[in-house]
Amino acid sequence: MNPLQPSSAGPVANPFASTAFERRKSRAAARNQWLMFSFCAVLVIPLVLILVDIFIKASPLFSLDYIWQNPVNKGKGGGLWAPLIGTFYLVVGSLLCVAPVGIFAAIYLNEYARGGWLNRTISIAVTSLAGVPSIVHALFGLGAFVLGMLPAVNRLFANPNNPESKWEAGLLTASLTIAVMNLPVIITSTREALGAVPHSFREACWNLGATRWQTIRTIVLPNSLSGILTGIILVVSRAAGETAPILFTGATYFKFIPDSGWGKLFPYSIGEPFVAMSMHLHVICTQISKMPDVMKYGSAAALIALILLVNSSAIALRVWLRGRKRW
Amino acid sequence: MPDSTSNLRRRKFNFFDAIEKPTEWLIRLCGWSSIIGLAAIFLFIFKEAAPMVPRLNWVEFFTSPRWIPNPAPGNEPSFGALALLVGTFTTTFIGLMIAVPVGLGAAVYISEFAKGRVKETLKVVIELLAAIPSIVWGFIGLMVLGPIVKWVFTAEPGSAWSVVMVTLHLATADSGASQGTNLLTGGIILALMSVPLIVSLSEDALRAVPDTFREAALALGANPWDTVRRVLFPAARNGLLAACMLGMGRAIGETMAVLLATGHNNRIPLALTDPVRTMTATIAAEMGETVHGDAHYRVLFILGIVLFVITCGINVASDLIIKGVRNSNKGPK
Amino acid sequence: MSNQQSHIELRKVCAYYGAKQVLDNLSFTVARNTVLGVIGPANSGKSTLLKIMNRTLDFIDGARFTGDVVVGGQNVAALRDPSELRRRIGMVFPLPVGLPLSVYENVAYAPRRRGITDRTELDEIVERCLRQSVLWDEVKDRLELLGTRLSGGQQQRLTLARALSLSPEILCLDEFSIAIDPVTTMRIEEVLRELRKSMTIILVTNLVQQARRLADNTLFLWRGEIIELSPTELAFSDEPRDKRTFDYVNGIFG
Repeated sequence: MNPLQPSSAGPVANPFASTAFERRKSRAAARNQWLMFSFCAVLVIPLVLILVDIFIKASPLFSLDYIWQNPVNKGKGGGLWAPLIGTFYLVVGSLLCVAPVGIFAAIYLNEYARGGWLNRTISIAVTSLAGVPSIVHALFGLGAFVLGMLPAVNRLFANPNNPESKWEAGLLTASLTIAVMNLPVIITSTREALGAVPHSFREACWNLGATRWQTIRTIVLPNSLSGILTGIILVVSRAAGETAPILFTGATYFKFIPDSGWGKLFPYSIGEPFVAMSMHLHVICTQISKMPDVMKYGSAAALIALILLVNSSAIALRVWLRGRKRW
Repeated sequence: MPDSTSNLRRRKFNFFDAIEKPTEWLIRLCGWSSIIGLAAIFLFIFKEAAPMVPRLNWVEFFTSPRWIPNPAPGNEPSFGALALLVGTFTTTFIGLMIAVPVGLGAAVYISEFAKGRVKETLKVVIELLAAIPSIVWGFIGLMVLGPIVKWVFTAEPGSAWSVVMVTLHLATADSGASQGTNLLTGGIILALMSVPLIVSLSEDALRAVPDTFREAALALGANPWDTVRRVLFPAARNGLLAACMLGMGRAIGETMAVLLATGHNNRIPLALTDPVRTMTATIAAEMGETVHGDAHYRVLFILGIVLFVITCGINVASDLIIKGVRNSNKGPK
Repeated sequence: MSNQQSHIELRKVCAYYGAKQVLDNLSFTVARNTVLGVIGPANSGKSTLLKIMNRTLDFIDGARFTGDVVVGGQNVAALRDPSELRRRIGMVFPLPVGLPLSVYENVAYAPRRRGITDRTELDEIVERCLRQSVLWDEVKDRLELLGTRLSGGQQQRLTLARALSLSPEILCLDEFSIAIDPVTTMRIEEVLRELRKSMTIILVTNLVQQARRLADNTLFLWRGEIIELSPTELAFSDEPRDKRTFDYVNGIFG
């Protein structure tokens, strides 16, 4: 039968209609699509439920006092001020150490050492550093900063007659450890931001007599700020949440800080142990007997809220800056 | 017409230009920071572990499950890390069994099928999940998932569920799981932690496949699922493999979550709901009890070296695999 | 022997990208305040020639050149800090580029880097250069507009204004018209006719007729070699020095 001739036996068959084989395959395709969507759902829904559950179980504690008071009775009561302020200083300290080094390293990689083996080697080092387990960073911090750097510092600065002036593992060593851990984060996000600036801008500047450094500081860096800020916020999030690296490098649990006055805002010096949110959660879940469940849920909820807040602001910042793109 | 030389005389002092040379030197120095950092990590850990390296019984270390760092007085400590190694790899294995299919499936869905607001929301959710700190995951394993697992794997001795559990090696005792924090819980938590990483890296790999591949498949009459299975997966194969390897690296190196979620038992697990202990958790838990410089202390650093070597190896391997992607996926210009 | 009249002189210049040679033994001079048109098919090395002159070849990995390049009596290759040289040479590229700054700051960019911060001085420079590149009337009320938001033709004139901002002695244009409309091309060509009275211009172009309109002398570059360098009338006549010039100009090969 010639398909081009109109058939004399009833309505014309539609040559584009799907065959049984194709219909079966379409159904299989739709099934698989629903399967993959269900993977997403299976991942997301239980987690949302778990988070909601944690916040519900922690809700008896929600009040301004919970944030403003210090822990009481080994953490079985009271608030979270000491760990909160400790985490704040840890974050600030780590950022001060890691941001300049990481940004400059990314500038070197993207602006000065573009091609060649050095760039490749440094890139591999960055990826490897990113993959080092957090407990190994803890061991490094212990070996390098607590056992290596502190004795040298004490020999130079501490007064042997005054045991109070001796520096111990604390904010300084913990910040340095967290800084090393987060170096790849800053390098990678800064590098992406720098790479997003079109090369034609740089060429235009060079041809006007600007040096590499002048071009970087007048055109490239100002237009990379959004990516750099995103990287910084990621570091804030990780510094606030990590526990393992500060286990042996300065974080502690039993430390009393003043309940009022300047001492409440500036309780820790950099050479003494401090309390942090992540460590606090770890200890009250595992090492204090007869700890009321609600305190555990409260600490977890507070840490989750802090992290979600920080990361949401990173996402919001990205969206806002995308709208303000200058090219 | 003013000539350019007259501009010379009007040059004003600029601080940032004056510090150009020292700044460029500083930039060069910082460029080396990651290499220096990586080398320093290896050096300092090796420095603490070194005195023990010749003294350790390496055969016992890798083959014996007897990890007794603090024996009764009069006995020698034994450092058999087999149980720890098994603990690390079994939890990672279970974690990957769950995370790889879920992660790849979610990545495919987000990359190929989700549109607009759904896609953006899913991506944001995955990003926020990735941000949850490991201690919180440990908390979830200990307080939320653990009781559920214990409840599921509990039975009256002699009941049908009890018989099933013991035969299938889901539990050792007739009454079911002895505690909620065990291999299974730890594995599930590791899976939940690794999925966001696998999803985002796989999504990157799929996005890197040129659209021309998809268009060609559609032009040949393939439906979207066929396109995924027969065109995209092979094309993005290297990137997807690297994503899974990096997920594995993350799972192996995870500390706080497994510390809280796997229980406290240094024996080789015989069933899915037996408590285990990983290398990472051992270091975290026992370092506080050691005396600086004694054998136990140094062996913990040796465990650190083992972890460092394994994870570095995984990272370098996945980097090499990705490098293969750039060369093979160049598509038509 | 250096000619007092010659502004630019090249002697036996060869250029390489890695192992690949792109310019072979170039020697020629350009007299002051004349227009040299450089024509030739793609990949002849015309852009490389310009990059050598202001040492922006340095920014390309693996690129290098040998030979002498003398600009205003000064050997360019020997300079340790070429920034000053680049200020004396203005450059316009094939693709229009607006820096992500306001139009005002685009033109003020080079003077600012030079150290000029006086507002009245900068105002004067900005207005002069924008007038010279026939952009002033279109932007004079909107000087704070972002340079990247201008049209292609406007951005190319903005590039010209930037190039003129330090009153260079030499102006180089690298196929400036390929991405802009014919009207803007014509306007810029008029500008060049004005500027040639006070600066030396090197015009690289793939539009041979453009060279014919504007250039005093024409250089035909093919595969890195000088095929012909003669006064434009001779190059475009029926009997140029090299037969290949005639073939290229008349489209027999391209």
